[in-house]
Amino acid sequence: MHEISDLIACEHCDAVFHKLSLSNGEIARCTRCGAEIDRNAQERRNHLLPLTIASLIIFVIANTFPIVQIELQGLVSKTTLMGAVLSLSTEGVSLVALLVLATTILFPFMQMLILFYLLIPSTNPDDRPGFSLLIRVMQMLRPWGMVEVFMLGVLVALIKLSNMATIIPGIALWAFCMLTVMLTVVVSFNPRYLWQLEISEQEEK
Amino acid sequence: MTNNAMINIATLPKTELNTEFARARFKTTSSLGILACHQCGKLWKEAQEGERCLHCNATLHMRKPDSLNRTWALLITACIMYIPANMLPVMITSTFFDTHQDTILSGIIFFWVSGDWGLAAIVFIASFLVPLLKLASLFILVISAQRQSLWRQLERAKLYHLVEIIGRWSMLDVFVVSLLVGLVQIQGFAQITAGVGIVAFGAVVVLTMLASLSFDPRLIWDTADSQISSQSVTAIDGSNKSV
Repeated sequence: MHEISDLIACEHCDAVFHKLSLSNGEIARCTRCGAEIDRNAQERRNHLLPLTIASLIIFVIANTFPIVQIELQGLVSKTTLMGAVLSLSTEGVSLVALLVLATTILFPFMQMLILFYLLIPSTNPDDRPGFSLLIRVMQMLRPWGMVEVFMLGVLVALIKLSNMATIIPGIALWAFCMLTVMLTVVVSFNPRYLWQLEISEQEEK
Repeated sequence: MTNNAMINIATLPKTELNTEFARARFKTTSSLGILACHQCGKLWKEAQEGERCLHCNATLHMRKPDSLNRTWALLITACIMYIPANMLPVMITSTFFDTHQDTILSGIIFFWVSGDWGLAAIVFIASFLVPLLKLASLFILVISAQRQSLWRQLERAKLYHLVEIIGRWSMLDVFVVSLLVGLVQIQGFAQITAGVGIVAFGAVVVLTMLASLSFDPRLIWDTADSQISSQSVTAIDGSNKSV
């Protein structure tokens, strides 16, 4: 079993290409199916750590404060995301509660934490326990974080309610708006490129 | 940002690039007997199926294991769940005066009738059209991959990519219902509870996502043809000397 280091394969159609050396920000696309094969991700990686930290902070805000408050004939009701999950679970649809919990809170939070851990600059890249396992977890979580879909869901729900009640947007609503944008950028980073960066770090030594 | 088109090791004359025949002549890892690591992208020569990548320790496979069978199983289950998802109520609204039940479609009709056409369109697309088209697309992809069909390979590859991107958006209704349930809890006055339909609906979304994840897009290009012709290309021009 030997490594072939001068070739690269397209993940989507299996075509094999000669590896090109890419300069900053360049993307290589497959000429057969058009999918992205390789990318020089060094620059994006440098932007990623501050963005991940900011997302984590906003994530905490988005989940502590109520998303929205409704007023109906003088009666007031408000909820956080966690509150919505809890009322779902007490109503016997705990499977759905679990699904919402996982896709909007648990998975995005894990993604951010893992990325944060993997991106912290370290003096010795070999000394990072669980690197390979965590990248695998990141790859698995990637399709399942759905904060942006949740955001659209919030908007639909609010318009639905606006006919029957007064709606007062909460801090968390704005936080979710920001989180949606930031997470889109953070999650669009393919964790596989962390391997590529890891390799170049080792080569520099 | 610039795009770099890559040069396949079996370099083709430009005029042939768009014909099905030329597509079939691309060299692939399977025709070269290489295994690619799905995690870190390294290529390994003389590696056995199921061996581990020496670089990142992931298990090496030529294709996603048992891809078509798994996709079929998940797809059929999703189709079965699609029926209760659309028939059963997803949301039950009880107010001081009355109680009424909403299914996915009646929710859309409610938006349409009350004049929120834009919203009706969004929910119609995300909750009704996307799951339906996704099921249909996956059927097309699985059946054509099983027959090793040469029919519109590039379009099918793009279709798969589209299914992967838009599939998640059908979770919309699940989130709408959960937020409404969490929010409208004014005891005795107005209360919204979740119906059983939403469990089935969530199951359809999750099952179709799992189905598209277990489908291996490389199977679109694995035709009997490509195996033979790529071998003959190797024999003729010997351009795999770099391997």
